[in-house]
Amino acid sequence: MEPVIKIEGLCKDFRVGFWRRRTRVLHSLDLTVHRGEVFGYLGPNGAGKTTTLKLLTGLILPTAGTVRLLGLDLTQVAAKGQIGFLPENPYFYDYLTGREFLDFCGQLFGLRASDRRERVGRLLRLTELEEAADRQLRKYSKGMVQRLGLAQALVNDPSLVILDEPMSGLDPLGRKTMRDIILKLKTEGRTIFFSSHILPDVEVLCDRVGILVAGRLRDVGRLDQILKTELESIELTLQRVSPDLSATLLGLAQAPILDQPDGVLIRLPDEQRLDLALRAAVAAGARVVSVMPQHVTLEAHFLREVQGAAL
Amino acid sequence: MKISSIALNTFREAIRDRILYSILAFALFLIGASAIVASLSIGQEGRIVKDLGLASCSLFGTFIAIFLGIGLVFKEIERRTIYTIIAKPIHRFQFLLGKYIGLVLTLLVTVGVMALLVAGLAWATEGHWTSGLLGAAALDFLALMIVTAVALLFSTFSTPTLSAIFTLAIFVIGCLSGDLKLFADQFAEPGLRLIINGMYMILPDLSRFQTGAQIVNAMPVAPLEIAWTVMYGLAYILMLLLLAIGIFQRRDFK
Repeated sequence: MEPVIKIEGLCKDFRVGFWRRRTRVLHSLDLTVHRGEVFGYLGPNGAGKTTTLKLLTGLILPTAGTVRLLGLDLTQVAAKGQIGFLPENPYFYDYLTGREFLDFCGQLFGLRASDRRERVGRLLRLTELEEAADRQLRKYSKGMVQRLGLAQALVNDPSLVILDEPMSGLDPLGRKTMRDIILKLKTEGRTIFFSSHILPDVEVLCDRVGILVAGRLRDVGRLDQILKTELESIELTLQRVSPDLSATLLGLAQAPILDQPDGVLIRLPDEQRLDLALRAAVAAGARVVSVMPQHVTLEAHFLREVQGAAL
Repeated sequence: MKISSIALNTFREAIRDRILYSILAFALFLIGASAIVASLSIGQEGRIVKDLGLASCSLFGTFIAIFLGIGLVFKEIERRTIYTIIAKPIHRFQFLLGKYIGLVLTLLVTVGVMALLVAGLAWATEGHWTSGLLGAAALDFLALMIVTAVALLFSTFSTPTLSAIFTLAIFVIGCLSGDLKLFADQFAEPGLRLIINGMYMILPDLSRFQTGAQIVNAMPVAPLEIAWTVMYGLAYILMLLLLAIGIFQRRDFK
């Protein structure tokens, strides 16, 4: 597949403190994002996510390494012509109306007046801002500003959409609207690269994720593979469990046995122990109600990666 | 196209700011009040209206130039509005030039309204147009364009408070630098003369642009001198803008 984002050896140093000491916030990042992918860029606060996104959009300049977007070097202004960017907690010009701002953004892409009118109208409908289109932006709510931010990121009909924390600060309804729009963009074949803290949304939206910890990329992979390959436990539910069987199962389980309305629940660490437990259960005349493999959630995987890095 | 879009956007944003209207209203009120002050004098009404009027134009024009100029880039970075703009296919110099032209447009409208009021009041007082009055205001406007470029330069790397202090200091020194050079040439010892002349070369000589007194007193103004002053002003603005672009080009928007 054709790479839409190709990052090689990307480093960024900032000078901090009174003595302007050089601190590296991004360490030799290598990352490729393919056409049509939704890529989730995860990491705790201060990991370097926003720094990466700012490097991708030319807001800050790399200390070392290269970034190629859609085959073009980032230093070429034309590379930005096919990108849409929504910054974290966006803020726009107070005294412009939503329509004027989108029109202004269209002008920066060199779009003709007739194209701008058509696109601005379409984007206002998509982001449900038609009614507020002629209101000044200082009167917009946070959710409306966020949606307008997404609209301005789409004004050039981009192939690559970069979103920095698009769900941040939104209420559940706002999050759903944002999620629906991102899914719609995905079905239109656009590549989406976004950072987020809200892991359930990432699980719903992303094809692949990358986990960044302290400026280093810890893990990259397909979400289904990351989560399927990691079996957290297997939950076995049985009925008619005798005291002897209960003692045997306790030896195999990774946690105390729980009494539940539909039977007893035994949490087993792996398939070998499941085999042993099932054999013992059948031999003791117990009834098997269910066997449920429990895969690792993205949140658990994320926490493990972050804590692993801290150790 | 992109520079003009940014310029128009800057102009639109500035012209809708209520603070600008407050300053303009106050300036127009003061210019209007100069007519009342003038009526107290005998035989000097026209001169007082023009003197006070042009001084008000210059003062409030400088105030607007500094007030809006210092926040021009800083506010964009602080409020993160710049993030969405720089991420679009524009060069950083286009952004900076657009902001500058937008602010100069805003100044042109506000100072233009003030200057027209002064000319109108002078006409009402004297019964005839004073030739060169609007010309003097235009030359003073060029000085305001220099002040705006100074404010823009500081705005690319400093906070609004520091930028305001630096710009104001340069404005005051700039207004006095002509006198300072004269003083250095006539009295100062060689070492001090060298320092003052060096400063004169670096800092803008804003006193060159003040032709109001000559116009008001109907003294002759040499066209060649005016032409040199205009060229000096434009060259100085160009130098300031190139310096601002040089700094802005390498800046990280953290």
